[in-house]
Amino acid sequence: MKVTSRSLTITGALAISAIVLAGCSSPAGEQQPEEPQFEGSLTIWVDADRVPVLEGIAEQFEEERGVSVELVTKEFGTIRDDLITQAPTGNGPDIIVGAHDWLGKLVQNGVVAPLELGDKASEFQEVAVTAMSYEGQTYGLPYSVENIALVRNVDIAPEAPATFDDLIAAGQAAVADGSAEYAFLVGLDPNAADPYHLYPLQASFGAPVFEITADGTYDPTALALGNEGGEAFAVKLREWGQAGLLNTNISGDIAREEFVAGKSPFWLTGPWSIPAITEAGINYAVDPIPTAGGEVATPFVGVQGFFVSSESENKLAANEFLVNYVGTEAVQTALYEVGGRAPALLSAFEAAQADEVVGAFGAVGATGVPMPNVPAMDVVWSDWGSTEVAIINGQGDPVELWRAMVASIESKIAG
Amino acid sequence: MSITTPGAQPPLTAPPAAPAPAGRTTAIRSQAQTVRRLLIKIALLGVVDAIALFAMFVLVLQESWLVLAIAAVVTVTINVIYLRPGWLPAKYLAPGVFFLALFQIFVVVYSGYIAFTNYGDGHNSTKEDAVQSIIANSLKRVPDSPTYRVTVVEQFGTYGFLVTDPEGEVLLGTADQPLDEVPDADEDSTGKAVGVPGWTTLRFGDLLANQSAITELSVPLSDDPNDGALRTPDGSSAYVYLSDLVYDEQAGTFTDSATGTAYRDEGDGAFVNDDGRELTPGWKIDVGFENFARAFTSDDIRGPLLSVTLWTFAFAILSVASTFALGLFLAIVFNAPHMRGKKIYRVIMVLPYAFPGFLSGLVFLGLFNQDFGYFNQVLLGGADIPWLTDPWLAKFSVLFVNLWLGFPYMFLICTGALQSIPEELSEAATVDGARPWAVFRLIKFPLLLVSVAPLLISSFAFNFNNFNIIYMLTGGGPRDVEAGVDAGATDILITLVYKVAFGEGTGRDYGLASAFAILIFLIVATISIISFRQTKALEELN
Repeated sequence: MKVTSRSLTITGALAISAIVLAGCSSPAGEQQPEEPQFEGSLTIWVDADRVPVLEGIAEQFEEERGVSVELVTKEFGTIRDDLITQAPTGNGPDIIVGAHDWLGKLVQNGVVAPLELGDKASEFQEVAVTAMSYEGQTYGLPYSVENIALVRNVDIAPEAPATFDDLIAAGQAAVADGSAEYAFLVGLDPNAADPYHLYPLQASFGAPVFEITADGTYDPTALALGNEGGEAFAVKLREWGQAGLLNTNISGDIAREEFVAGKSPFWLTGPWSIPAITEAGINYAVDPIPTAGGEVATPFVGVQGFFVSSESENKLAANEFLVNYVGTEAVQTALYEVGGRAPALLSAFEAAQADEVVGAFGAVGATGVPMPNVPAMDVVWSDWGSTEVAIINGQGDPVELWRAMVASIESKIAG
Repeated sequence: MSITTPGAQPPLTAPPAAPAPAGRTTAIRSQAQTVRRLLIKIALLGVVDAIALFAMFVLVLQESWLVLAIAAVVTVTINVIYLRPGWLPAKYLAPGVFFLALFQIFVVVYSGYIAFTNYGDGHNSTKEDAVQSIIANSLKRVPDSPTYRVTVVEQFGTYGFLVTDPEGEVLLGTADQPLDEVPDADEDSTGKAVGVPGWTTLRFGDLLANQSAITELSVPLSDDPNDGALRTPDGSSAYVYLSDLVYDEQAGTFTDSATGTAYRDEGDGAFVNDDGRELTPGWKIDVGFENFARAFTSDDIRGPLLSVTLWTFAFAILSVASTFALGLFLAIVFNAPHMRGKKIYRVIMVLPYAFPGFLSGLVFLGLFNQDFGYFNQVLLGGADIPWLTDPWLAKFSVLFVNLWLGFPYMFLICTGALQSIPEELSEAATVDGARPWAVFRLIKFPLLLVSVAPLLISSFAFNFNNFNIIYMLTGGGPRDVEAGVDAGATDILITLVYKVAFGEGTGRDYGLASAFAILIFLIVATISIISFRQTKALEELN
């Protein structure tokens, strides 16, 4: 059983009043205080990296608004499931930090409350607000966006490729003249490939995962993977697998090792890899992902933000804290500085553009779509990944494998 | 294990046997001791009672009456047991029984109960919570509607919104009274109405103290409910909301205000319309044996069940056999009386046992990599063997890693068992002319089995559910994508259950997972009981 500080306070007060009442037999005829004093506090579940920034803003909030904020440090990966199990017991937090793709599951379990950003919504990047929405309702306050892009070793490939075929040509030329060992690197898993990293290439064939509705959110009932573009992508996957451009034995770790050793001109990765590249002294540039199928190669954008629990009894305070304190440029910039992820608030984002790398990733992200946050994604990831492995390794006809995958996902979503 | 020295500790209240001539001083000392013991006892009991009382306070606040009753009964029982003279066995047993009930019996019973519910993603809480959630989620801000500046006001316990609309008009409304113009409002410098005669303006502290009432307050724009209602998330600005689902409390149904479709509670733990579409979230209900039925009828499970069950048995039996064979062999080798540095060798031998299984799984994952792994690159000079991606090789790899992880345990228990066999037996046999192999096969091995067999059975049960190694090394893969099921070549029952119940379905399903856990328990328990019977026969032989 988790004992919150609120219940502790109430218990303490109860115990003390019981003792007082028992001690003096005279009725406690004290006058009522004029203004009801707010006794509660906001409990926020947050990962360790975010604590120092929030501590500062929590202090300011307490001073100005008279509401104390209790920060509970938790492992980021466990926050979603802990909220789902603890919110219904009434002992959960008021606010959590989380990733936007948790949202479907949080809504499915009824543990997250809608959050009205009001006019503030237009001050955030559109993709971030869309990501924080589910079935037409906004649920979270975004603080960061991140996405992958093409990182290029300028010493090996001085020119940014315009298309993926150009990239292959440049890469293979580099391999041929001995300046590189791999034409192209992307981290994959031998059992699950990596649909997240390969998605921009797929999207350039015009095959998103789900159809996107008018309000910019996904329609989880309309699977778009199986269109012609998807099948064309499957054929290309096989081709790239055969040519050795994609190798399911090159994991993310191996890809990083080889790239920072200067063995490849191109690496499809995210801003999280930049520190390793800089440390190794590689002369690099961040480019848009070249198109393989003709359309824009849009990466998935991952958004992190804060959600309010549906069981919170301090929704007004929580709303005030998030929208008017966390949603300010100073806090968003501070969160960017500790996490390295581009801020979601436009003014902070523009200020962060001063950093060339953030600017380059941000430019790519501006074309991106939020990673689907519908609960059905759990089903999609697994079949999607293992089918990509089978296609890359030539275990059957690519189009037929792709069709089997679509049929399997459809039957699972239908239940 | 049996306790061989009952009553090793003297009972607390027994006075030390004092020699008679020692007289008064001893008597006083023993009396002082008794008092001290009593005081310690009272202090310890006091601590326990204080904790229990605090827990009960919290329980009262949470209104969990059943748990409160149990806590009260347990506290009283503990006090009676320790304050009443006598009842010695109860004094010794009470703490153990308490923790057994808390950490074992409760957990088992609770998982058993979960197996009969639909608890899982989408069925996470009570029906009330679900209704609340659906109502909250269906309230949507009218697109492109303006922001209204509001001041929350109060009159005789009724809250109202004092609204300054975008045109600067000042309106007042409550939950029952749609917005209406008020002429005599006080305005601040920005033109926002901040007070009106007859009503008290709420300050931020007041807002916080009544925040649930205020965030739930909904003031209709006009008499027509389709115009929407104002709500404020922060007490200073309000927006127009329209609900696309209307809840009828009497009938207990939700109606889609756009299409008129009704969603009813059909007893499946969710609101369903006639086309079978469910509103999320649903809620937790009891479903009887449905989860058990699904375990046998679900296509995801029935299809691969036979091959997975066979592999699970093969994996468990081969793991026990291989680790036992290697462990025993090494135990005999390192039990040789004249070997030097035995202790160092033994320590090295036990090392794999000291590493966490997770870690070893990950390390071997790297070693087995087809293009970059140590096995192919270094040991086999650049071979291209798909250790983890070929169905049969993956099975072999999993067994190999499990052998590496498991043999030290067998080595330890076999060493112990070998050392407990009296040397005279083998000496006598040698004198009688038996060859070393015969001595081992006919004398040492049967004696060894008597003490080791129960451990082999438990090792079987452990490997039957050896989730870590499979999950970390292959994740159950490689998967045959054309077969259309999630089961891979190395999936054992427990990893298949994990996939079906947690990983890759449309959500986590604790009910189904618990039902599976019970079924797997039944399999393992049956095998263990049969095996233990066999072992008993073995014991009688000797």
